[in-house]
Amino acid sequence: MIVSRRWLEALLDRPLDARDVADRLTLHVAAVDAVVPLHQDLGDVLIARVLEVKKHPDADRLSLCLVDRGGGSAGGGRGGPVEVVCGAPNVQAGKIYPYAPVGAVLPGGVKLERKKIRGVESNGMLCSAKELGLGADHTGILELDTTAAPGTRFIDAMGIGDHQIVIDVPANRPDLLCHKGVARELGASIGAVVKLPAIPGGPADSRTAGLSARPPVRQSATGVVDGVEVRLEDPEGAPRYMIAVIRGARVGPSPTWLAARLTAVGQRPINNVVDATNYILFELNQPLHAFDLGRLRGPAVVVRRARPGEKIVTLDGVTRTLTADMTAICDAEHPTIVAGVMGSAESEVSADTRDLVLECAYFQPTRIRRTRRALELSSESSYRFERGIDMLGMPDALRRAIELIIAVAGGEVRAPALDLWPQPQQERTIFLRPERVSRLLGVTIERPEVERLLTAVGFFVAPKDARLAVQVPGWRPDVTREVDLIEEVARSKGYDAFPDELRPYRPGTVPDAPDERARARIREQLVRAGLLEARTLPLGPPDGPDAVPILNPLSAEEAHLRHRLVPGLVRRIEYNWANRNRDIRLFEVGTVFRKGTGTGAGGGGPEEWTSVAGVLTGARRPPHWSEGAKVPDMDIWDLKYHFALAVAVAAPSCDVRPATGGAVGWVAVERGGQLVGWAGPLEADAPVWAAPLFGFEVRLAAAQPDLGVYRPLPLQPPVERDLALVLPPGVTAAQVSDVLRRTVGPLLERLEVFDEYRGPGIPAGHRSVAWHCTFRDPERTLRERDVDALLARGLEALEGELGVRRRES
Amino acid sequence: MRDLLAALAELRERLKEIPQADERRLSGLKTEILGRRVGALTQILGRIPKLDPASKKEVGASANALKRAFEAAFAAREGELKRAAGTVTGVDLTMPGRAGWRGGLHLVTQVVDEICEIFRELGFTRAVGPEAETERYNFFALNFPKDHPALDAQDSFYLSGDILLRTHTSPVQIRTLERYPPPIRVVIPGQVYRRDPFDASHAPVFQQIEGLAVDEGITFVDFKATLATFARKFFAPDTRVRFRPSYFPFTEPSAEMDVQCQICKGVGCPTCKQTGWMEILGSGLVHPAVLENCGVDSERYTGFAWGMGPERIAMSRHGIPDIRVLFESDVRFLAQFAGGAR
Repeated sequence: MIVSRRWLEALLDRPLDARDVADRLTLHVAAVDAVVPLHQDLGDVLIARVLEVKKHPDADRLSLCLVDRGGGSAGGGRGGPVEVVCGAPNVQAGKIYPYAPVGAVLPGGVKLERKKIRGVESNGMLCSAKELGLGADHTGILELDTTAAPGTRFIDAMGIGDHQIVIDVPANRPDLLCHKGVARELGASIGAVVKLPAIPGGPADSRTAGLSARPPVRQSATGVVDGVEVRLEDPEGAPRYMIAVIRGARVGPSPTWLAARLTAVGQRPINNVVDATNYILFELNQPLHAFDLGRLRGPAVVVRRARPGEKIVTLDGVTRTLTADMTAICDAEHPTIVAGVMGSAESEVSADTRDLVLECAYFQPTRIRRTRRALELSSESSYRFERGIDMLGMPDALRRAIELIIAVAGGEVRAPALDLWPQPQQERTIFLRPERVSRLLGVTIERPEVERLLTAVGFFVAPKDARLAVQVPGWRPDVTREVDLIEEVARSKGYDAFPDELRPYRPGTVPDAPDERARARIREQLVRAGLLEARTLPLGPPDGPDAVPILNPLSAEEAHLRHRLVPGLVRRIEYNWANRNRDIRLFEVGTVFRKGTGTGAGGGGPEEWTSVAGVLTGARRPPHWSEGAKVPDMDIWDLKYHFALAVAVAAPSCDVRPATGGAVGWVAVERGGQLVGWAGPLEADAPVWAAPLFGFEVRLAAAQPDLGVYRPLPLQPPVERDLALVLPPGVTAAQVSDVLRRTVGPLLERLEVFDEYRGPGIPAGHRSVAWHCTFRDPERTLRERDVDALLARGLEALEGELGVRRRES
Repeated sequence: MRDLLAALAELRERLKEIPQADERRLSGLKTEILGRRVGALTQILGRIPKLDPASKKEVGASANALKRAFEAAFAAREGELKRAAGTVTGVDLTMPGRAGWRGGLHLVTQVVDEICEIFRELGFTRAVGPEAETERYNFFALNFPKDHPALDAQDSFYLSGDILLRTHTSPVQIRTLERYPPPIRVVIPGQVYRRDPFDASHAPVFQQIEGLAVDEGITFVDFKATLATFARKFFAPDTRVRFRPSYFPFTEPSAEMDVQCQICKGVGCPTCKQTGWMEILGSGLVHPAVLENCGVDSERYTGFAWGMGPERIAMSRHGIPDIRVLFESDVRFLAQFAGGAR
């Protein structure tokens, strides 16, 4: 919402500082997003009186003017009149014009230089409206009607210096969508009262001003106003509907003051009638609709639900199809207005309009919201109706609108307005317990202060037993219960007025979330392993048939929820490759989704869980000068290490096993056989210089890790043996160690592979694998011959079960 | 005797030569002064026994002191030269050390952890909830009116009729209140979704940290105190904080908390749009309707709640102009903060 400082000044009848207004509104009412000074680019322009006009000695079309530009020395030289060359045909001695002295910067950033025009030096320039950015007219200089002294700044003299104050009005405060509402709040803060300014050319006191002031005729559903039949057939959509007829108006441009008000809040003046209705909208938050009585069949105004498929061409020239969920304002035959949203091109007020119908209505907010969304059509009116206007303030708004239209466009009202209001309402009353105010806000606020703060922003407060009966004005639909009034007290007093010292508190009953702890544990371990944490968008292309689709995606590429993290990480790898990064190790811990019956959303939603994934490519470690430039790239064994680490932390109850089916890779398997993770080489769109890419992913279990029990460190010395074995085709290292551990027993403390060899000396298809074995008996010192016996047992079993023999050296 | 004392004084002057001496000069000096036969000091010491008792005592004391001083100076210089000899043998200690890859948490994770840690000090544990939610949890239990403009700021991704991706972490307030009795003190970190096109200041998916405290006797003062304390712990102890009115359907009174702009320290700059303030979080006292929707007695219990965006806080604290940087995962960016954000 844009408000004009000058407009607020008119309502509060005092000068205001825009910055101060912004601060007060921000601290007590609603945030101000910006304060925009208007016409600051005219700050150098003065007003000046032309004293004398002579012909230019060398040019017929030019004149030489003696200009009184006040006593200042602006533009060089001392005070006193200066000579200015002027090309405008309308320049006259004795008149006042905008004058730009030498050195002035004009709109568009042009700096005025002193120069000779046809041999005569010109001390500045008299300006046209176009040169000042105030209009299109450049046929002559702008003649001013002002009593200000020459030398006064143009923006001060003409009253166009203004500020736009841009307020971020929250959805529950429709009263702040107009100047009166903002002025009311501001007035409470500075101790001033709002009074509507007199309409220039309007009646001095509207209460005595003819028919427009006569109370409207109240009916429930039908009535006639000045020959126009009005029927309210949809009281649900339009709980209150007022209408007036103005005859004999002259549609034309608005007077300067009215156009200036609207321009100042960013509105384009259209014509005097439309501008008058817009003025009331921005002053009182009452949207009005004026339409041409001459185009009205009947003449009748029927407020009814639209018939399905009924069409209307709205003001923007678009044909709209209505539904039965919408309210339409119709003549005897067709819809002429989409109620509360936009009128039709056909019934629009035009230059030929003489007789007007003026509608002042309250439309039901949710009806307007649905209509606006269905038609994808918003307007200043729909925005306000949707938030709820002041149903009780409508008669005042209509009366002021009539006065304003008659003042700017002429015409007359021959019959009192009609007020269709089948179920009249009154102000809501809420009871407030003063002690509850203090209890909730934490400081004692005395009853008189509560009353004062509420009264200042428009509530009517009366004592009722120990409580206060608070009447809520019609413009505050958001205030519905006691706590809303307590907020009014707190914000009027100012949130900064409350202390902020910590007091003791009781510990809560909620345990720290196991899932968050598990996420932290796995993150910590992967960071220690040298991986960088990435964050990717959980939206992407579908990844398998289980991917959960989004009904209303932003784009087709981001129309599904991820059910794995690895594809998103691979896209990040490709992004890094595109930026010429070669050594990349990323991981992510995030939520993934799968079609199913989610427990989360309470049934019906997708299944979701936390996943951990990593991707690796490039050098195994940073190169070091002592080892030559080239460090080996990561291979599947780096992958296996990282995968096993992730599984050990993220899914400690799982085993890592080789993938089946001949692929290179591993899986993590629960004891029950359920697959919860995998690791393997990945395909990607890689540049030629990129290293092989690997990835892994595992489902995160939220279980607490084992607490761990202390094992005493051994006191007995170990016996160590290296064992080179020849493995026939098909025999795995895991099989060999299983047999050894089983047959040797717990005295075999450690078993580590340290070499693999294929080639001369080893039968074709076979391989030699060497283990480093550590034996230890915790109870006594092992002797060499004990170990020989143990090993012999193992070797015998290996040969018998797997055909594995010791390698001949 | 006098000539001996003068000779000693002269020798003492030569102490100054030692710290500058190189290896050769040092061994020359040592012989010259302390040499067993020719050493100047050795010779003086040799003449002492022939002196009369009074002179013997005076000269002897001063000669022995000088001898100790020379011995110490020679030892010190010899040690220095020995240590310096390391480079002489060809090790350039300015060459880089051997490194392993350094991992790191994402900046946003660090900020989330930091915030949760501060609230842990204030007695808050962490709570989490699902990202796919029902309209009831996401909106209506939180007192959003049906068909209300307040819903416009919450443009949502829908998965089916009434299931959507949560637009804020606030539904976890409801889930927590339904499951646990007061007193409740939780922070709720999590991922949320808004149907906003990805640009410099909006991401369709981002993190949020919600907080909720409910107990008997919680007041507006407790609310302000807790959040102001957080701000001063997170930014700086002297950070200025202000609260101003706002609107959220699930809090009443509602407030927004600003802190002094961290870039210009409150003077006004383009980052804070010349206001000197940065918006940090939306907050307020828990709306009684929310408590009632969860079966909590709103006359007996009161509370406060807030929500904030770690991405935005990270961006304003570290001067990151574009939110997309946080999702690109360029390893050069990730490595910038791998050592920690503070």
